[in-house]
Amino acid sequence: MTTLIRNVRPYGEDPTDLYVRDGVLVDHVADPDETVDGDGLIALPGLVDLHAHLREPGGEEAETVATGSAAAALGGYTAVFAMPNTNPTQDSPVVVEHVWRRGREVGLVDVHPVGAVTVGLGGERLAEMGMMAASAAGVRMFSDDGRCVNDPLIMRRALEYARSLDAVVAQHAEDHRLTVGAQAHEGPVAARLGLTGWPATAEESIVARDAMLAAAAGARLHVCHLSTAGSVGVLHWARETLLPGTTATVSAEVTPHHLLLTDTAAEDYDPVHKVNPPLRPEADTLALRRALADGVIDCVATDHAPHPVEAKDCEWPQARPGMLGLQTALSVVTATMVTTGLLDWRGVARVMSEVPAAIAGLSDQGRPLTVGEPANLVLVDPDARWTVRGAELASIADNTPYEGMELPTSVIHTMLRGRWTVRDGKVKEL
Amino acid sequence: MTSDEGHIGLRHLLSTDGLRREQAEALLDTAASMEQALTGRAVRKLPTLRGRTVVTLFYENSTRTRVSFEVAGKWMSADTINVSASGSSVGKGESLRDTASTLAAAGADAIVVRHPASGAPHRIAGWLDRVGHSHTDGHVAVVNAGDGTHEHPTQALLDAATLRKRLGADLAGRRVAIVGDVLHSRVARSNAHLLATLGAEVTLVAPPTLLPAGVDAWPVAVTHDLDAHLTTGPDAVMMLRVQAERMHGGFFPSAREYAVRFGLNQRRADTLPDHAVVLHPGPAVRGMEIASSVADSARAAIAEQVTAGVHVRMAVLYHLLAGEDSR
Repeated sequence: MTTLIRNVRPYGEDPTDLYVRDGVLVDHVADPDETVDGDGLIALPGLVDLHAHLREPGGEEAETVATGSAAAALGGYTAVFAMPNTNPTQDSPVVVEHVWRRGREVGLVDVHPVGAVTVGLGGERLAEMGMMAASAAGVRMFSDDGRCVNDPLIMRRALEYARSLDAVVAQHAEDHRLTVGAQAHEGPVAARLGLTGWPATAEESIVARDAMLAAAAGARLHVCHLSTAGSVGVLHWARETLLPGTTATVSAEVTPHHLLLTDTAAEDYDPVHKVNPPLRPEADTLALRRALADGVIDCVATDHAPHPVEAKDCEWPQARPGMLGLQTALSVVTATMVTTGLLDWRGVARVMSEVPAAIAGLSDQGRPLTVGEPANLVLVDPDARWTVRGAELASIADNTPYEGMELPTSVIHTMLRGRWTVRDGKVKEL
Repeated sequence: MTSDEGHIGLRHLLSTDGLRREQAEALLDTAASMEQALTGRAVRKLPTLRGRTVVTLFYENSTRTRVSFEVAGKWMSADTINVSASGSSVGKGESLRDTASTLAAAGADAIVVRHPASGAPHRIAGWLDRVGHSHTDGHVAVVNAGDGTHEHPTQALLDAATLRKRLGADLAGRRVAIVGDVLHSRVARSNAHLLATLGAEVTLVAPPTLLPAGVDAWPVAVTHDLDAHLTTGPDAVMMLRVQAERMHGGFFPSAREYAVRFGLNQRRADTLPDHAVVLHPGPAVRGMEIASSVADSARAAIAEQVTAGVHVRMAVLYHLLAGEDSR
């Protein structure tokens, strides 16, 4: 199979022709099987999401590996990490292999299951990390996401143990003792609305503690969904003072919704805006954008979290936290980072593809658009604008916080190892 | 507070935050005329809301608020129906949305909601406004009778009505201290906003652990020293209830220390100006937040608050359901 993508702009730079043969970018194909007009489109390496909830097994009323993969492909992704808070939990080789196999069967995106750090996300006993790493799923990222590994001793051991597996521990940084009953960012908005506050310090204190533990263990820590300006400061301090001279690394992701939305979204008490960590004040969103542009925050991850309508169409405190993100991520990053001049398209490729692939240790994703590299790529129309409709998204659930919002940039085509998974904005099934 | 139905522009009463001064004063003036209209009547019944149906939907136990709304409705000839969470399908796990839709479809003109979740009345109002209901003019009014730790607007209105009777109709410049567990108090939130809207100067008095982060954005002053504040001679002191579960939640060391530092004992009450009023939303924990001798003294307006509650709730139902024209 050979493909010519004519006159496309890699990273938004000068137009050129891209050739693909048998899943690999090549310098020329004399008589391509198909030709795609890339006029006006930007080519980026296929996006990599370190943080999605695909809900299978156990939550199929909201999302499945199939529908989540479709949403990912339509969002321009070629690799997605599936968080382990499934039912049963992804805390054993058999469950991670199941999710990995489902991903392969669907074939729209590489699905990499994230292994649980502790059994049942209970925070007490380490899960079988080594066996998950050795399984067909080849797990290299572990997380109890949704819950923090709150016990410092368990976290220390998880970091130490993961080091021997060349794996990274992704922490949901939230000191649960400081967030009992928490519903929204602790501040003037929550105070006025009578919603129990989720203080920034609950995140920042765990980020600081974990950075210290990682430095001492020489281990690899990844901070999930960093959400406050204070956490950015802690991250900067850790890199300046804790990590030099150690083998430890500390990376961090930010979600699109924390780049765009603010805590005032709770004012109508519609829990479509309820998320954990909560939406923060504008000063935080601006600090997060700056940190992403400066490289203090390494990458963007969606925290795509589908929920059935019953879990959202209810009272705020009863609602489940989380929002859809896979199909809107690139558009939100464009709106917050590209339109504002904080990132160019090279920068977008860095924070949405290259760096997340490197953090997760993927060798075949997040690669440059050069000859000899795997043909994982996305073609986007930077000038298109589209209006988000939850019911029209590929996910089973429709809990998007961007309902009715007009966003820039459309994903037109997505290619996974030489095969189109999305053509003209439509999923191409295997 | 949206839209322009009724002459004071009130479709629902969900919070005092956002209530305009002229709306608040209209409600309070109407409450005063309700009281006058009932005075001296052998039969305390006005025809105002005949044929209208008021449903009280309570997900928390409350005797005084529920009875007050029920009496308010009955004195204006409305049909009042009480639905409680324990004795209906809500106990079987029906969603709030379905319950609200059912009540609206069954003919409720107003739904008075008490709910442990902050914002629950907002949600109901949003759902019902989107659907509309054909048996009325398409509108079901929602009244917040206390939602979580958010607001309790009719409590604030009855407190203001009581203060107006004691201190005069214009509360502008009057100095009101609100003392106690502001963090968990919907009464404090509603009062802080309403009193500020009416021009009063509000001071919250509480230990830092019982004040919400972000309280500095409220239109109030804050102090942690009750004795020091009382020397400034406030016109009214409103004592908040301390719920039993807070006493063991690490918010303050002990009930004894709380009483010593924040209780309104006789010694403190004696330092108040002669005209100063003591308010308590009830039920009071006597001996802790307020001494019995103070609660039973002439400056305490606790019984007047209850009476004013009926008149204020009549005014609220009147403005939501009847409007000026049909009066």
